Amino acid sequence: MPPLSFDLIALQLFTGLALGAIYVLFAIGLSLIFGMLTVVNFAHGAFYMVGAYVGLFLLSLGGNFWLCLLAVPLIVGTCGLIVERFLIRPLYGRGIDYPLLLTFGLSYVMVELIRIAFGKSGYPFDTPEILQGAVNIGVGYFPLYRLFVIGIAAAVLLGLWLFLERTSFGLIIRAGARDPQIVRVLGVNLSRIWLFVFGIGSGIAGLAGLLAAPLQGVIPEMGATILAEAFVVTVVGGMGSIGGAVIAGLLVGVVVSMTSLFAPEMAKVSIFALMAIVLLIRPQGFFGRAGLMS
Amino acid sequence: MPDIDLHVVSPAPDGEFGAKGAGEAGTAAVVANDVTTLIRRSMSLSLKSLYRQGPWSRRSDASDRSFRKYQHHPRRIYMAKQTIRSNSISRRRLLTTASAGVVLAASPFRINLLQAQEATIKVGFPVPLTGPYGAEAQDQVRAAEVAIAEFNEGGGLNGRKAELLVRDDKLNPGEAATRTLELIEKDKVNFIVGSLSAAVQLAVNNITKERQIIFNSISQSDIINEVSDFSKYTFHEALNPHLTAGAVGRYAFPKFGKKVAFLTADYAYGHEMVRGFQEAGKAFGVETLVDIRHPLGTADFSPLLPRIQALKPDILCIINFGRDQQIALKQATDFGLKKSMKIIAPILLYTARVAAGPQAFAEVIGGTSYYWGIEDKIPSAKAFNDRFRKMHAGKVPSDYGALGYGGVKTLLMGAKAAGSVEPDKVIVAVEALKFDYYKGPEYYRKCDHQAVQSVFIIESKATPQKGDADLYDVIATEEPNEKNLRTCEALGHKS
Repeated sequence: MPPLSFDLIALQLFTGLALGAIYVLFAIGLSLIFGMLTVVNFAHGAFYMVGAYVGLFLLSLGGNFWLCLLAVPLIVGTCGLIVERFLIRPLYGRGIDYPLLLTFGLSYVMVELIRIAFGKSGYPFDTPEILQGAVNIGVGYFPLYRLFVIGIAAAVLLGLWLFLERTSFGLIIRAGARDPQIVRVLGVNLSRIWLFVFGIGSGIAGLAGLLAAPLQGVIPEMGATILAEAFVVTVVGGMGSIGGAVIAGLLVGVVVSMTSLFAPEMAKVSIFALMAIVLLIRPQGFFGRAGLMS
Repeated sequence: MPDIDLHVVSPAPDGEFGAKGAGEAGTAAVVANDVTTLIRRSMSLSLKSLYRQGPWSRRSDASDRSFRKYQHHPRRIYMAKQTIRSNSISRRRLLTTASAGVVLAASPFRINLLQAQEATIKVGFPVPLTGPYGAEAQDQVRAAEVAIAEFNEGGGLNGRKAELLVRDDKLNPGEAATRTLELIEKDKVNFIVGSLSAAVQLAVNNITKERQIIFNSISQSDIINEVSDFSKYTFHEALNPHLTAGAVGRYAFPKFGKKVAFLTADYAYGHEMVRGFQEAGKAFGVETLVDIRHPLGTADFSPLLPRIQALKPDILCIINFGRDQQIALKQATDFGLKKSMKIIAPILLYTARVAAGPQAFAEVIGGTSYYWGIEDKIPSAKAFNDRFRKMHAGKVPSDYGALGYGGVKTLLMGAKAAGSVEPDKVIVAVEALKFDYYKGPEYYRKCDHQAVQSVFIIESKATPQKGDADLYDVIATEEPNEKNLRTCEALGHKS
């Protein structure tokens, strides 16, 4: 055990928050899609992985990382639009398990397609040059790139919040989630709205995949591990609650980080323990609406 | 595979698709290339004929009925489609399409339609072609093919040729045991060489021990040397953790310092390696500051790194494998750990470094059983590399690949020396071999059949200069020495 200095604990806490920011960015798309469409999207991890591969592909064509930050969400979002329009739309109104099973199968198809196109073994993904290296944040050194990821996550969240809360389009989306029937009666074409929401959700997943690529490299199975963590975040935060996903994501990051300091063997299991405790006390999660799943 | 005589015998009686398909993915992977080409070719043919005939809706009722009759049987549908449409297409097209179909039907598990002759020496080769170590396993197959080809060109065993029977063990001990049993019982193999995991090789070893078939294991394990698992049929061509970790430790501790932190994958491989480092470290007064165990398949190591930074070790020893290793090294680099400590690893893999890129591995030191770059100094390595390049489109063999070569080669040469494939005679002959096939002098220790061999200490290059394969510098070689292994007595052997 190292001497427990203030600096170590502070750095550990900060590392946890940074980890949490990545969880939030990934889980937010999942939460958005569930909250608005009641679709449990098991292909979310696959969109995340596709985002990383699209980035890799664009870079190999001679693009730069900054361009990818714009292009990847657009391309992956477009894939999301296609999936919603042709695969998920026919299943609306058939119960929650239909789209769940469909997206579950779809994730396998997507992983397999990527394996065929890019091969089974992974690829390196270098951190963009000006974001390389570690900077002193007062309590110790921290990688510059992770700070950048926190910044992007905050920007995406802010943008999403402004969009949902401050625009009339956002108002329709929220109304559609609350009571689709009334919104339809008012003459709004809801299927277009849902298409759009699914596109945004998968676009953010693609962006998260691109941002994760310099942290851990690119491999077809990269979406599977983070999907489990993202579901913990959405369940703890409350299915469909965006604010809940933010708080739960940061909390899960800090819990993993602090467990890693004292009992690293427990780190993986700690988030599931957290989920179990939260579910025992508050079955719908922090900010979840009760009865959404039924 | 241009110039080798590779008979892959169909394990299913009549090459039926689906029936045994799932279980035979190993063979399938070997022939995958050929099959894909064929499928693609015949698909494009049938698509073309479909296009010529227009949409399905124009089918007559009669043909629709005959189509439905075959509906439960996927391959027959394909044939039926051909027959249905044949009346409107030219005879030439029909012939090409049909013959493509016939080839497709016959090809899946047969490269060579010749059944293996009774007299060939069969080497069963169960390796994890699918799964996380697929890249390594495929390279093992390529290298084993080189050994087989060399043996056959050298006249075989008094004219008896050798053949390789590749199976996919899926990195699963149960699957490996089944495949091995099948190879022994059904295919009547003479030797088994293979496995790419400590647990899998013990499962294979249990079967071969019981059936009294010689098994040469080509992946790392300490336990396989121990008396509880050993039998006279067991050989171990690969290094073991004790030897590898020891060699890296003996190189690194005097150079970089005595305060060591470990970051270890929490399973047998990690535990054995830590023990190996610590035992080698006793002689240097090495102090273990911390041994952090992480679960397999960790995607983010960042929470583990501040603690290591705070302890200020001289050496950080990262002991894990595959993707875990790539991510750990990448993130340790990002956190700037390389500035204040030397990072070492017991094993640096060729394939892992290719997948991770130079940045993450830069200046990391580790051990290996083989790196193609030793060819500057070792003539047998040069000969092996050249032969491998010739057979496999200019590629160089990886570390685990080379073990596939060594494992097959030694048993075949043993058989040649014995003049027989009788297990007892081959065992005596292999025990007596003093050989230099691909990496310098080597022999099998009598008590535990561990290959006594050199360990190469390599450092990953920050910027490769000589092309894609230029990954490491060989900075030291620990010559073969029984003293670096655990003693026969410590392993429980009598002699």
